[in-house]
Amino acid sequence: MLSYVVRRLLYALPILVGVNLITFVLFFYVNTPDDMARLALGEKRVTQEAIDKWKRDKGYDKPRFYNPQATGLDKFTDTIFFTKSASMFALDFGKADDGRDIGQEIRIRMGPSLAIAIPTFVLGLACYVTFALILALFRATCVDFAGVVLCVIAMSVSGLFYIIGGQYLVAKLWNLVPISGYADGLNAWRFVALPVAIGVIGGIGSSTRWYRTIFLEEIGKDYVRTARAKGLSEAQVLVGHVLRNALIPILTGVVVVIPLLFLGSLLMESFFAVPGLGSYTIEAINNQDYSVVRAMVFLGAVLYVLGLILTDVSYTWVDPRVRLD
Amino acid sequence: MPFKPVVLWTDALIFLLVAAVCALAWQMRRREHLREPWRKVARSPMGMVSAVVLAVFVAIGLLDSLHFRPRLPGSEANFAVDTLSVLDVMLAHLRTRPETTYSAPLATRLYARETVELPDGRQARIFPRLKHGGAHLTDPEAEWAVDVARRTIVGLALAALAWNLLTGVAVTWRAARLGQSWHACWNAIWRGETEMPWRAMLIAAGFILLVAAPMLVLSAKYHVLGTDKVGQDVLYLSLKSIRTGLVIGTLTTLVMLPLALLLGIMAGYFRGWIDDVIQYLYTTLNSIPSVLLIAATILVMQVYLETHPGLFETVQQRQDLRLLFLCLVLGVTSWTGLCRLLRGETLKLREMEYIQAARAFGVPHWRIITRHILPNVMHIVLIAVVMDFSGLVLAEAVLSYVGVGVDPTTISFGTMINAARLEMAREPMVWWSLASAFVFMLLLVLSANLFADAVRDAFDPRVVVRGGLPALSRPRRRPAVAT
Repeated sequence: MLSYVVRRLLYALPILVGVNLITFVLFFYVNTPDDMARLALGEKRVTQEAIDKWKRDKGYDKPRFYNPQATGLDKFTDTIFFTKSASMFALDFGKADDGRDIGQEIRIRMGPSLAIAIPTFVLGLACYVTFALILALFRATCVDFAGVVLCVIAMSVSGLFYIIGGQYLVAKLWNLVPISGYADGLNAWRFVALPVAIGVIGGIGSSTRWYRTIFLEEIGKDYVRTARAKGLSEAQVLVGHVLRNALIPILTGVVVVIPLLFLGSLLMESFFAVPGLGSYTIEAINNQDYSVVRAMVFLGAVLYVLGLILTDVSYTWVDPRVRLD
Repeated sequence: MPFKPVVLWTDALIFLLVAAVCALAWQMRRREHLREPWRKVARSPMGMVSAVVLAVFVAIGLLDSLHFRPRLPGSEANFAVDTLSVLDVMLAHLRTRPETTYSAPLATRLYARETVELPDGRQARIFPRLKHGGAHLTDPEAEWAVDVARRTIVGLALAALAWNLLTGVAVTWRAARLGQSWHACWNAIWRGETEMPWRAMLIAAGFILLVAAPMLVLSAKYHVLGTDKVGQDVLYLSLKSIRTGLVIGTLTTLVMLPLALLLGIMAGYFRGWIDDVIQYLYTTLNSIPSVLLIAATILVMQVYLETHPGLFETVQQRQDLRLLFLCLVLGVTSWTGLCRLLRGETLKLREMEYIQAARAFGVPHWRIITRHILPNVMHIVLIAVVMDFSGLVLAEAVLSYVGVGVDPTTISFGTMINAARLEMAREPMVWWSLASAFVFMLLLVLSANLFADAVRDAFDPRVVVRGGLPALSRPRRRPAVAT
């Protein structure tokens, strides 16, 4: 098991290097650092000195990949790519355009992101699996049909409308919770409740339908018939056998996103003005802050790769037949 | 010529797409095994009803894709700077009659009080009359209800007329084709005994006409769905948004399809190091959260466009380039899913006896791929394409909201919703633009979803009809952009 995880981590390395290269080429070849400087300085007729100074301040005045002026190993290390990208593997993200340390910012902002993402994830999973089980229990009846139709309608509504509608109804009309904002500590629940509820409701359509299909697929298998034949009730069959055996396909879709919860939801956080990583990313996009966007892309990739490994490891817990070594 | 045709990039691609679809349809007509699944789609009431709704949306989108520049009045060689579409001309009465600011649906007065000067020189704070909405009424408070009712009834009558005409044409055509009497044919449709769900389709068309005709009649004198902050007609905005949604939904697949097909089949067919490289490529792309990758790419594009202002002559060209670029980016981030599916299917297919036989006979690789593998993975491609459509329309709205979608001046559901967000905070609330965006988007995405289900049920060989519930039972892939 341990050797397997280590091997997977080693496999992850080229992927992360690839991600880093993609973003680097994207950011430094489509637009030259000169373009970025001109845009950041915000004037049409910027002097070359101002551009050079901006580049020197940001550390963009070096060659991109290979520095012929340097000596020895510095030929490769004294470049933009090395100084801006290699340090990311040590999770050192450098400074944002406003001078603040990105790593520090991430540490502060992950709290609010997690406070919303984890309850949404857990409650959502519980709700969706329950609803899907109910639909599977009533399969091929009016209940099932109505449920599926409702799911299709629910998934045809844009997530934006769930947020706008929920904010209007609960926060503005009924005045139950504040419209937006965030507080630290235990007071946070008042700010967290609405985004979590909306997050769960917004995902109901597609997820319930997805899980229902997984369950129906399992129900068609032989062991279910055997279980029924030995006299178990339909509910017992569903919960005791089908749910257990459907865990592998469910895990495949679910565990991958667990590390990504960390990044929060862009939409939810910007609508509710939660100072998390999602809104941080949106701000960075609007301010055209490259370093932050690159850091977030890299962080996202790291977490995704971790999620993949976690998924494989979790298989061994639910299915003893799976051996990873 | 009184106008100069303009072909924007997205227009050209749209018509290319239409041509491709027509060519494919013609090909399929001649092949029995390809016609059969489509017959199955045609037999599903849900699928056909949604197809009717989709057809209306597509028609609007196509009309909005025929662009031209009108000749300036009084000059021979000069054309207007603004590029118009055929839809713009048809809706000229909506486009060219802006109010000053918000007005409620069918209102005759502005939504906010304004200080106006009365004829006798005094000033008063009243709700001023609209410049265009209900301007033909002398005493709006007294005449409004009668006028609206009268116009609605005229609209309903027109709808009834149009529906009768449509039904007449449909029944006559069918009767002529089957060699039945007109009456027998009508009876069959009316009792729902036809193989294709004609009755459901005609009812759906009837509903659309019942809503659309009164709206069109009323729109001649009123703002049916109200106006937005700068006084633009919301009905016009909603209709214009349809093209943006359709372009994103269709062109993105056009971008992603060649990549996914080529790489997926190559990986599965050749295996070895080619497979390794391609797998590495899509795992790497996949491991970047798609919203972030899209955001990063658009950010770069934005800077590029801002530092190269000489790339386009008109505002429309800039909007169009940005739209096209968004399709490209979405395509690049979404080919990985289909690629993986195709790789898996090809891995399976290449071990089949007939392909082994072809290889043993020394048939060249490219011919095996085009003759044997490609046709056999087409159902997966088709299912993936129709399934992705609705997800992409939804993604457009979200991305435009986040600020990395279409150009802020492009009319789209995303920009509409974005503007509506500030209106929510107004007191009293301006609800109509949000509501229209909601309804139009729901109709488009819902019908696309239902149609996609019908197509998948017909083409997916694994679908087994379960207890009278053939539709709505297979898994669908997760949406392209998760936020």
